Amino acid sequence: MRHSSAGLNVVSLLAMLFLYGPIFVLVLYSFNAAHLSMAWRGATLKWYAALMHDEALLAATANSLLIAVVSTIGATCLGGLIALGMDRLPGRRQLLIEGTLVLPLVIPEVMMGVALMLFFVMLNMPLGLTTVILGHIVFNIPLVTIMLRTRLRKLDPALGEAAADLGASSWQVFRYVTLPLLRPALWGAILVAFTVSLDDFLVTFFTAGPGATTLPLKVYSMIKSGVTPEINALSALLLVLSMSCVGLALHLQRREV
Amino acid sequence: MTTPSTPPLSIPDGSRSAKLPVIEIRGIVRRHGPVTAVDQVSFEVRRGEFFSILGPSGAGKTSVLRMLAGFEDPDQGDVLIDGRSMLGVPPNRRPLNLVFQSYALFPHLTVFENVAFGLKMRRVAPPLIAEQVREALTMVKLLGKESRLPAQLSGGEQQRVALARALVNKPAVVLLDEPLAALDQQLRQEMQVELKSIQEQAGLTCVCVTHHQEEAMMMSDRIAVMHQGRMWQIGAPREVYERPCNLFVSRFLGVSNELPGRLEGLVGEHRRFQPSDDEQPPLLVHPVSDEEAGRSATLSLRPEQLRMTHERPARPDPLLRGRIEKTLFSGSNTKYLIRVGHDRLWEVRHRSGTHLPPFALGEPVFLSWSASDGRLFFE
Repeated sequence: MRHSSAGLNVVSLLAMLFLYGPIFVLVLYSFNAAHLSMAWRGATLKWYAALMHDEALLAATANSLLIAVVSTIGATCLGGLIALGMDRLPGRRQLLIEGTLVLPLVIPEVMMGVALMLFFVMLNMPLGLTTVILGHIVFNIPLVTIMLRTRLRKLDPALGEAAADLGASSWQVFRYVTLPLLRPALWGAILVAFTVSLDDFLVTFFTAGPGATTLPLKVYSMIKSGVTPEINALSALLLVLSMSCVGLALHLQRREV
Repeated sequence: MTTPSTPPLSIPDGSRSAKLPVIEIRGIVRRHGPVTAVDQVSFEVRRGEFFSILGPSGAGKTSVLRMLAGFEDPDQGDVLIDGRSMLGVPPNRRPLNLVFQSYALFPHLTVFENVAFGLKMRRVAPPLIAEQVREALTMVKLLGKESRLPAQLSGGEQQRVALARALVNKPAVVLLDEPLAALDQQLRQEMQVELKSIQEQAGLTCVCVTHHQEEAMMMSDRIAVMHQGRMWQIGAPREVYERPCNLFVSRFLGVSNELPGRLEGLVGEHRRFQPSDDEQPPLLVHPVSDEEAGRSATLSLRPEQLRMTHERPARPDPLLRGRIEKTLFSGSNTKYLIRVGHDRLWEVRHRSGTHLPPFALGEPVFLSWSASDGRLFFE
């Protein structure tokens, strides 16, 4: 027993190293004083300082945040309405909708990006921030809906009936019972949607026009002219932001009553 | 909305005539697809009464309760509360409160907030809410646990919160859906007594749905027995137990020791009953009005009506021979299963501590009863 668990530990350690080693190296080298070589020349924060003065980079950051915030709000509202509305449908139709919702999650993202681009072009919509936001809402709706459905399914349907029986109108049932019970899942969904939007490359790549460059697109274009420690620094910052969002989301979900 | 000033919980509402029914159900029908869950059910519930709807699962009793609460509407018929039709009135506008089988306590709210919920929805002033919640919690003996969350309470305490949450609104009727089903046996018996005394003390009108016949008999003023969507008999517990209207009711309310046979001629003031199993001698039964000789019937006896003896009794009472097949000791009782025919077992119970001679497995015995005790059910 002890022997096999030691073996398991070694394998787990190797797997972790394989997964997180490159990320660790990336973060480490964002503090490297050397400009172009991989040799370690002492620690510095100058690449982080340089990021703060890069106008183009700051503009991309602003775009990314704007897109993430607006698309998260849009996806949460629409996804939330779908999740709540599904409860009132007969079981068979719920399954149908659930199946349709999962589809965007399994369609290759490249196809989704191309399809969205063609769709916008067909509508004669100029590619820009609006199209990117719409694209992000599209892939975030299923995420939000599925996360909220998981929570709603666990709630006793008698709770809503009990509230109505005690004199609550349907709005009051939502306001005082459903919403508070849904809150942890709702925050979780918001944070996940925000992170996914912030990190997205493919859909953004196909639906962004001039002036709608986001951070991932910016990193991609910077890499064409060589990997600089500045990119390492930028990636490290993005990593920290994404991981804190996901960590917070998991923490909130665990506190569900 | 103005603040309603309501009388304290302990004063029964005597302003209206006590004879007027609080609830009137008139011929309600409820269909779920091809299934008729509730079929032409009518009954009345009087003010201050504990009324139970008793039946096996699937009898349609929960449907009746949900139609009263307003979660479902009948396909036919009418539901009246205080003389007013409730058709199309949503649950939040009906003057009654339901205690759910699962309790349905709001898990994110404290005991106080749970109980205060109904008052808050009616926009009662906060100081009044605090006072009335206190009063309700006193009644269910939960004072001091206001700030707990439901998950921090035991099953019995959760049950009390659910009850207080309904009582605090002083509803015209409290609906109880299998109120004690989730409790273990001992707690259940304690709560039966307590629920009954709260109901009497507060003069509540209760409609309770249960499949537990002993519970229904102990707590109710009247019982309605439901089966396959229909209401078969309504009456006081003793009446329904002692004079069931058919075999189903008889079997559902307790043990029914049965013997099929045919009625024959009169013998003095009794009538002769020939069991279908010809090996059995004819028995005397109490004559039932306008019964006919030659009709098939089933004779039914409660275990407590039977006397079991080693020797043939001297009195000329109706009697069956049998053999003890099983003895089941359960503390205060010993249950004997006696084979009286080739596929027929009867049950007799002896209280522990009585100095009846003990009976052993396989022993031949005589079962006798008084001719007026047996009930006959015609096919």
